[in-house]
Amino acid sequence: MREIAYDDLVKSVKAMVMHTASHLPEDALKAIEEAYRNEKSEVAKSVLKQILDNAHLAAEEDRPLCQDTGLAVFFVKVGEDVKVTGGSIRDAINQATEEAYKEGFLRASTCDCFDRHNLKDEVGYNLPAIIHFDLVPGDRIEIEYAAKGGGSENVSRATVLAPAQGKEGIKNFVKQVISDAGPNPCPPIIVGIGIGGTFEVAAKSSKHALFREAGTPNPDPELDAFEKEIKEELNKLGIGAMGMGGTQTVLAVHIEKNPCHIASLPVSVNVQCHSSRHSHITL
Amino acid sequence: MAEYHMTTPLSDEDVSKLQAGDIVYLSGTIYTARDAAHKRLVDLIEKGEQLPFDLKGSVIYFVGPTPPKPGEPIGSAGPTTSYRMDSYSPILIEHGQKGMIGKGKRNQAVKDACKKYKAVYFGATGGAGALIAKSIKKAEVIAYPELGPEAIRRLEVENFPVTVINDTHGNDLYEMGRAKYEVKD
Ligand code: SF4
Repeated sequence: MREIAYDDLVKSVKAMVMHTASHLPEDALKAIEEAYRNEKSEVAKSVLKQILDNAHLAAEEDRPLCQDTGLAVFFVKVGEDVKVTGGSIRDAINQATEEAYKEGFLRASTCDCFDRHNLKDEVGYNLPAIIHFDLVPGDRIEIEYAAKGGGSENVSRATVLAPAQGKEGIKNFVKQVISDAGPNPCPPIIVGIGIGGTFEVAAKSSKHALFREAGTPNPDPELDAFEKEIKEELNKLGIGAMGMGGTQTVLAVHIEKNPCHIASLPVSVNVQCHSSRHSHITL
Repeated sequence: MAEYHMTTPLSDEDVSKLQAGDIVYLSGTIYTARDAAHKRLVDLIEKGEQLPFDLKGSVIYFVGPTPPKPGEPIGSAGPTTSYRMDSYSPILIEHGQKGMIGKGKRNQAVKDACKKYKAVYFGATGGAGALIAKSIKKAEVIAYPELGPEAIRRLEVENFPVTVINDTHGNDLYEMGRAKYEVKD
């Protein structure tokens, strides 16, 4: 059984969380640069320019890219032959999140659902982190992380279609969601689509789909073609950067598909704004 | 689209010449407020009490910044989604507010108030919080410190870049822009 010390885990996760707040990853940068080159609208182009300038400035000066520094979302794959000594993995991730958000001058954004008061003093600064665990073979711990803002999360939707609605039904649902969202999720966006499984599996898949590097092909050729088809459809909506009208609304469409019940076709759409702050480490 | 440099407070004349799609570089004093602060301002108006700042000609920025690093006036400070202010903005506009800065769609009541009382809704670039913070030279909490990031702050800004979304003539850039680039099969 391989061992990883609790403190080392905290240190690695904390460094990743702090870095991600101010450094837009390469895949997002490249996708926005491409959108900038292809955009036909002058207004949208000027917005994309600001987004790129912001990314460079944030990285140079180590400032948060956006004031909504998000909820901390993790997908964690734990090998069956590795053990963390000196504490639990969940505690380590929460501790790393709290320390990174505090020391990095990031915003604490978790609150109570009903009276909306900030939970930073009771539960912890920007805690609890959202953690999805998975048990896998091997002796590694793989951690994928995203700082997920509220604006794009607010327009995300899930449904269960009738099987007969098929791919056409999925496409129409996605189109409706993105059309209704308009300027609100800070386009240009990345669209994560989870198909199949049960209701909650579709939702989780749509979130996880956002972690794939934008611009990389889907390993399944049928899904890859479907992603391209949906992206083209969505860009016809004309929403443009920050909704001001334009040809470049969607940077990428990512799909994850799971087997589902013979009676249902669950579909979930999770929207990611242009501030696609994600990274991963393997320990 | 035209470009203007304007200094607050804004007059009827200033805002009337703006058209949806114009870019404006704002300088001067602006105030921050999100939903919780808006609710308190509207309560004060309804009770006929004095507001923590003069609404006449004012510009309100919908923002909840990150905490400032030591020695800096403000942290990252991009706009938040504006619809949460829709039920309050028309009342503030009726009482003299001339500009709002945020991101995302407004409802018909806000657009009607912009037309009737001459006010504009500006869009700032969401997610450009580091860049926007550069145009904020001073920040001071002037009311409701207990609201944390949602407290009302007085900001001194220089060339804060915004785009006119809803003008005083009833135009909406989100609708116009989309109609122009939408491809119908
Ligand atoms: S949607 Fe994204 S870019 Fe826009 S304000 Fe929220 S976190 Fe920032």
